[in-house]
Amino acid sequence: MTDGPLLDVQSLSVAYTTRAGEMAVIPGLSFQLNAGEALGLVGESGCGKSTVALAIVRYLGRAGRITGGRIRFEGRDLTTLDEAGLRAIRGRRIAMVYQDPMASLNPVMTVGRQLMEVPMTHEGVSATSARARALAMLAEVKLADPEAVMERYPHQLSGGQQQRIVIAMALITGPALLIMDEPTTGLDVTVEAAVLDLVRELRSRHRSAILFISHNLGSVVRVCDRVAVMYRGELVEEGPVRGIFTNPRHPYTRGLLDCLPTLGSDKRQAPLVPIAGQVESALARSPGCGFAARCPQVEIGRCTSRPIPSSTVHGEPDHRVACVRADELARWTRRSGTGGAHDADRAREPMVAVRHLTKLYAPRQRLRLRGSRAPVRAVFDVELAAGRGQTLAIVGESGCGKSTIAKVLSGLEVATAGGVSLDGVEVGALAVDARDATLKRKLQMVFQNPDSTLNPSHTVGYAIGRALRRLQGRSASDTGAGVARLLDVVKLSPAMAARTPRQLSGGEKQRAAIARALASDPDVIVADEPVSALDVSVQAAIVNLLTEIQAARGATLVFISHDLAVVRYLADTVAVMYLGTVAELGPVERVFAPPYHPYTEALLSAVPVPDPDHAVARILLEGRVPRADEIPRGCPFATRCPRRIGPICDETPPPVQRFADHRIACHIPGDELQRLQAPLVEPRAVGR
Amino acid sequence: MGRFFVKHLLFLLLTLFVVSFLVFTLNEFSPGAVARKVLGAYATQEQVDLLTKQMGLDRPVLVRYVDYMRALAAGDLGYSARFKLPVRDVIFKHLANTALLAAIAFACIVPLSTVLGVAAGMREASRLDRVILMFSTVIASIPEFALGVFLASVFVVWLGWLPGTATLLAGGGWSVAAQLVLPVTVIVLFDSGYVVSMIRASVVEVMQRPYIRTAVLKGLPFRAVILRHALRNAMLTPVTVIMLQINYLIAGVVVVETVFAYPGFGRMILEAALFKDIALIEAGALVAVFLAVVTNILGDFAYMLLDPRIRA
Repeated sequence: MTDGPLLDVQSLSVAYTTRAGEMAVIPGLSFQLNAGEALGLVGESGCGKSTVALAIVRYLGRAGRITGGRIRFEGRDLTTLDEAGLRAIRGRRIAMVYQDPMASLNPVMTVGRQLMEVPMTHEGVSATSARARALAMLAEVKLADPEAVMERYPHQLSGGQQQRIVIAMALITGPALLIMDEPTTGLDVTVEAAVLDLVRELRSRHRSAILFISHNLGSVVRVCDRVAVMYRGELVEEGPVRGIFTNPRHPYTRGLLDCLPTLGSDKRQAPLVPIAGQVESALARSPGCGFAARCPQVEIGRCTSRPIPSSTVHGEPDHRVACVRADELARWTRRSGTGGAHDADRAREPMVAVRHLTKLYAPRQRLRLRGSRAPVRAVFDVELAAGRGQTLAIVGESGCGKSTIAKVLSGLEVATAGGVSLDGVEVGALAVDARDATLKRKLQMVFQNPDSTLNPSHTVGYAIGRALRRLQGRSASDTGAGVARLLDVVKLSPAMAARTPRQLSGGEKQRAAIARALASDPDVIVADEPVSALDVSVQAAIVNLLTEIQAARGATLVFISHDLAVVRYLADTVAVMYLGTVAELGPVERVFAPPYHPYTEALLSAVPVPDPDHAVARILLEGRVPRADEIPRGCPFATRCPRRIGPICDETPPPVQRFADHRIACHIPGDELQRLQAPLVEPRAVGR
Repeated sequence: MGRFFVKHLLFLLLTLFVVSFLVFTLNEFSPGAVARKVLGAYATQEQVDLLTKQMGLDRPVLVRYVDYMRALAAGDLGYSARFKLPVRDVIFKHLANTALLAAIAFACIVPLSTVLGVAAGMREASRLDRVILMFSTVIASIPEFALGVFLASVFVVWLGWLPGTATLLAGGGWSVAAQLVLPVTVIVLFDSGYVVSMIRASVVEVMQRPYIRTAVLKGLPFRAVILRHALRNAMLTPVTVIMLQINYLIAGVVVVETVFAYPGFGRMILEAALFKDIALIEAGALVAVFLAVVTNILGDFAYMLLDPRIRA
């Protein structure tokens, strides 16, 4: 190996050919990565971070090409390497781990063969020795029973297991560089924590350098030594993790940190600060700072007239920032607040009440040769309530039943047993078609993916206007003003009414979807993962918007999410669900403080926190979530509970312990839990 | 696996039962009495009445249907009025001829289409892709009879290399093999055009999947990426349609059979229909439906073998 950095990217520029012309996605990027080092590349979608990764392995597709610069890796320039040279490096010296492991694995090939072909291709080893290597690697990524896993097909494994396979496949040849592109995006929070821990552990053993690409600042902190922040294809700030997260100098880095909800703050003390505006197209670049148009500290002229050089931050030799005003900005402080008191508004009569709700799904009826199977239990005996003007958040990992509750509330499904009432009217058994206009008007939904809410061939104005006409009985002539007013509420310009969803950004689409939901002036808004698909800066704006609208209209918000930080920020009441049952329910500041239900405790400890000083002993959950048809007889969490106390957990359903308005379904007495558990959220932000 | 076959076999029997009933009653209820259809427009009314009596056509439809099914179960398909032979013999002879043609054509279509489709789709918009795509689109859009007449005028009339008919009779001095060349060529060209474009589309789609990127970035040679990772995934969608081609090759090549005077199954049905040979139409329809269902089952089965995700 030669001296100097393992990977040296020098003024790399990449362009995509689009119908609108040549788009310089990366205008000129330089960074280095030393052997064994882990560099995090962060930024929002479209900032070019994945393009950097694909440029390094020269997989840009037909539309993309490298237009300039060099990528030196182990002494060779990757930009000029021929196919054979690339093949020798890909998979052997540089390996990749991708987002969405399911899609990255060949669905019709056993996992074992996919693993074995890597050493067989690169080292020409026999199938027998490749098999031995694969088995050893599977054990290293901590998959139980490697022999059996080898024979499985990808669809027979869970998302976490699939990602372990992809990681094993990447490390099997001991590459010098491992590129991980959003490796934990889309995984549940406990699975994510386990995968990140695995990466950390393997890193210390294999001494591969890692280029870790993520939009999640928290996961970067867990894995990386250094962080590089990208905006519009340029590095705006780069430095050691501690430097970047405790003393961010670039306004964009600060913006990213400020718009991120954390476990320690809520809407009452420290409002999220979204980054104004949106990422501009890469088609038109100004000579100056790319962030200038959105920067709160911009100084027209100095910032916009010429390219911004990157300079070293005073007192931190490894910390570089590309901002002419970096030295003038005051030191950044972490947003924080002290716990709020707002118990007063909780005693109101419930707007939404869920009583002993059970929802079973009949299994898909095949030709019944072997008798019918038991129904699948999606939700079992759930009790929840939300008062007028309150936010009830339902959290849990995929498959916990949170979306099923939303579906029953909105009438997309009907309850199997128990009831749901909406402003005193029983609606659990009423499918949406059976509800009258008043009921439909009262409850509206916002979904995760605005693309599937808005008809792509209709304009935004039409979608909102139609809701106004249908649910408010507005006449056609009257809707124009109503549409404009609603667009104003969600902070979209009236001109947007004439656009089709295709012409909007992700955040704008979600705003339009919210405006559509508001058209009926609903009393209850059910939002199912409304911000999960959005970038953090956009997420902050949408979350703020929901809070504002709710406060202004006094609507009840049922907020379904897997993101505990967002829930902590937004909710008044939180229900933590596991396998269709409520594990813990209570006011947000009680749920986020001990005593916790052991599942809540595990969830909280798993959340990646973007703060290098945040040291929490992580509670890793073993095994997997039982399938809906193999739910344990006793406590649903018993099979994975780290605090399991004995056979009683497997045999008997846990009692619901009540502490005022806080409920925990656990066999361990509350004071015992309190004694065992340390607070997992910065104490300054919890309680008073 | 066992369940799969039991389920599909039951479905096959049910379909055959329904179809047999439909075809039987359709023939009964279509305008004009059965005996009139058999005897034609110039027969006297007495002759029609006599035949009606002879065939037991004065009995209720359901009774006759049960009789028909009973005979069917005993292997008696009736008597062909057109060929003056038992229906069973007529069908077997023509089916065997068609099977010969279909088997040769199928054995050409599948490898040819797969090779061309994969070659075209593996590098979308490459020169090879454009050429293959153009070729397959053109030949798929020429009607079979036009293709047949065109090839015949070149190879039979102009060059004189091949016979213009394929009657499978030894007369004329052409071997059976020589007689088969033109019909097979027409069918293969026409059908491949369609199958190639389908396989190509599937390969193009598969090549954009993340697992292909994984395979490339593992450092596998392009050949291994195609053969090991792309091919099987790309065949998932076309395989059922390819199996359905068997159905087309046996029951749907009537045009080609007519052009080359080939004594095949399609032409037999056509003649039976023109001649109002009811027993033959009924039996022919049953055989055609049987083949359609069986090829469907084969298609599902092939899909199941290729895709582990639906193997229960």
